[in-house]
Amino acid sequence: MSGSGEVIGAALILIGAVFSLISAIGNVRLPDVYTRSHAASKSSTLGVLCALLGTLLYFLISDGYFSIRLILGIFFVFLTAPVAAHMICRSAYRHHVPLAEGTVQDELKDYYMENENMELDSEDQIDVTEIESKPLATD
Amino acid sequence: MIFDTLMIIALCLLVLAIMANLYRVVKGPSSADRVQALDSVGINIIASIAVFSVFLHTHAFFDLILLIGILSFIGTTAFAKFLERGVVIERKR
Repeated sequence: MSGSGEVIGAALILIGAVFSLISAIGNVRLPDVYTRSHAASKSSTLGVLCALLGTLLYFLISDGYFSIRLILGIFFVFLTAPVAAHMICRSAYRHHVPLAEGTVQDELKDYYMENENMELDSEDQIDVTEIESKPLATD
Repeated sequence: MIFDTLMIIALCLLVLAIMANLYRVVKGPSSADRVQALDSVGINIIASIAVFSVFLHTHAFFDLILLIGILSFIGTTAFAKFLERGVVIERKR
C-alpha cells in the first residue's frame, strides 16, 4: 500500500533533482545571457514541477492527504517562472548585453532600434514635464 | 531505509545545483545573469523544501513552498523592472 507511493514519489523526486542539476550545469556552461536563461528557466521549471508532483503523489498515496497548497504551488511556479525569465531577457536586451560569439543573425535589432528611440523620446518628455510641473502645482 | 537514502541523494543533487547557480551569481558578467541565477536558486530551494518535507514526513512546510514561489517571482520582477527602466514603481502623473 505505502510501497507504491514511495516508489512513485522517489522516482519523480529523483527525476526532478536530476533536471535541476542539468539546468544548473547549463547555467554554468552556456556562453551568453539568453542561452543561459533558456537553460535556467525551462529545465529548472520542469525539475521543480516533477519534485512537487512527486511530493503530492507520495502524500496522496501513502497518507491519503491531498494538499491544495501543493497544487497551488505547482500552478504558480508553472505560471510565473517563464514570465520572470522573459522580463530578465528583455531588460538584458534593452541594455545591449552582447550576444555570444558565434551568433549569426539578430532579428530583433531593427525593431528595437526604431521602437526604443521612440519610447526613450516620449519618456524623456514625460519626465521633464512632470519635474517642471510638480513644484508649480505644490506651490 | 532505501527511501531515506534516495531522498538524501536528491537533496545532494539539489545542493549541487544551488552551488552551480551560486558560481554563476559570483562570476556572471552582466547583472541579468545574476538575477536569473538567483531566480533559479529560489526555484531550487522550493524543490528542496518539497524533498525535505517528504524526508521528514510532515505537512508543515507546504505553506513555505507557495510563499517562496511568490516572493521569488516578485523579487525577480522588481529587479527586472529596475534594470530596464531605472525605477521599480513608476510615477505616471
